[in-house]
Amino acid sequence: MHPTTAQLEAFLDGEASTSEMRELDAHLRQCSTCAASVLGHVQVKRAVSTAGKRFSPSPDFRERVRKSIASKPQRSPRRAWLTGAVAVAAMLVVGVIATSVNQHRLQREQVFREIADLHVATLASTNPVDVISTDRHTVKPWFQGKLPFTFNLPELQNSEFTLFGGRVTYLNETPGAELIYQIRKHQISVFVFQERAVGSVMGASSWVTKEASFNLETWGNDELRYFVMGDASADDIRTLVNMLKKAE
Amino acid sequence: MPLFDQLYNFAHWLTQDRTEAEDLVQEAYMKALKGFASFQLGTNFRAWMYRILRNTFLTSRTGLKAAAMVPLDADDAPELPSGAETPETLLIDHSQHQLLQSAIEALPVHFREVLLLCEVEEMSYQEIAETLTIPIGTVMSRLSRARKALREILKQQIAVS
Repeated sequence: MHPTTAQLEAFLDGEASTSEMRELDAHLRQCSTCAASVLGHVQVKRAVSTAGKRFSPSPDFRERVRKSIASKPQRSPRRAWLTGAVAVAAMLVVGVIATSVNQHRLQREQVFREIADLHVATLASTNPVDVISTDRHTVKPWFQGKLPFTFNLPELQNSEFTLFGGRVTYLNETPGAELIYQIRKHQISVFVFQERAVGSVMGASSWVTKEASFNLETWGNDELRYFVMGDASADDIRTLVNMLKKAE
Repeated sequence: MPLFDQLYNFAHWLTQDRTEAEDLVQEAYMKALKGFASFQLGTNFRAWMYRILRNTFLTSRTGLKAAAMVPLDADDAPELPSGAETPETLLIDHSQHQLLQSAIEALPVHFREVLLLCEVEEMSYQEIAETLTIPIGTVMSRLSRARKALREILKQQIAVS
């Protein structure tokens, strides 16, 4: 049965429960109608997010509010002034912490969302890969001359993973590699970008998270930033991550 | 000042006017400052600030007019499964910025606010529920309706142009 629009939306807003997400994942892989619908929704969602950041306050106005906040408590009697000043300080602290933490989180989430979009777009595509090969010795050289960097791929013998192929993809106008792996029919995208494509928001650290219900793990070495994303279990993703790290 | 730029953006979308948006933001900050004692640490600061801003808007002249124009009773009506509709063919890219902005402007205010809180402010359903003081179920259905209304407006605009 097709999911309702509300279920699809909750899924894309990251608000569906784990079991709902699993069901929807399974459905989306079989149903091109719903996959296309999801793609349309994602695009409108992202466009609204950009178009909605439209108005910014004038510097004059910012100054006026700052002054009125600063001057108001001073006119009151001494005790009220103290309470006022404490309130302003407390409010600033809470706000500053909330916004700076938020800023970084938002930028990071933006990257995760882009990665999820790329992954979903690949799932929905009729030609998911540009080089079809299970042989890493074919896939890796194919990227030569197409990317301004190179990377190593792991040996898959004795593992359950198969390499399906690869394609060139883009993040923040920077080219990178997308490799499609499969494990027990789950598709996993491995993205390799130069670290500068994601800016400084990731730091050097690794993140394990969920985006649009997909499991996502990311890490960087000095130059390259890897993202591994798919609907496979977190353990499977972790295994592939470790294999990639070993091959680096 | 915490959340200043975001609150201003939201206020301007609500009022659709620079001067009114400025008045609204300033008043909201004054109220927040006065009522800061009533803010409980550990509860959501952002939802609290947006709630003050929005309540201030709703009691303003523009807000009263805007709110009076829209019936809210459709929120809990049942909806159709998505698979029953034709596939979503409406593909929007960044070059259609203006088209999209005028479509958002054309939305009734209760659709506009819920959409912006979700897509632009990236609030969780829980946060939106706190901001608008409505149940989460209503957040979901209203958001869904807002998106549907937006798509309808966009389709019409694209058909005209």
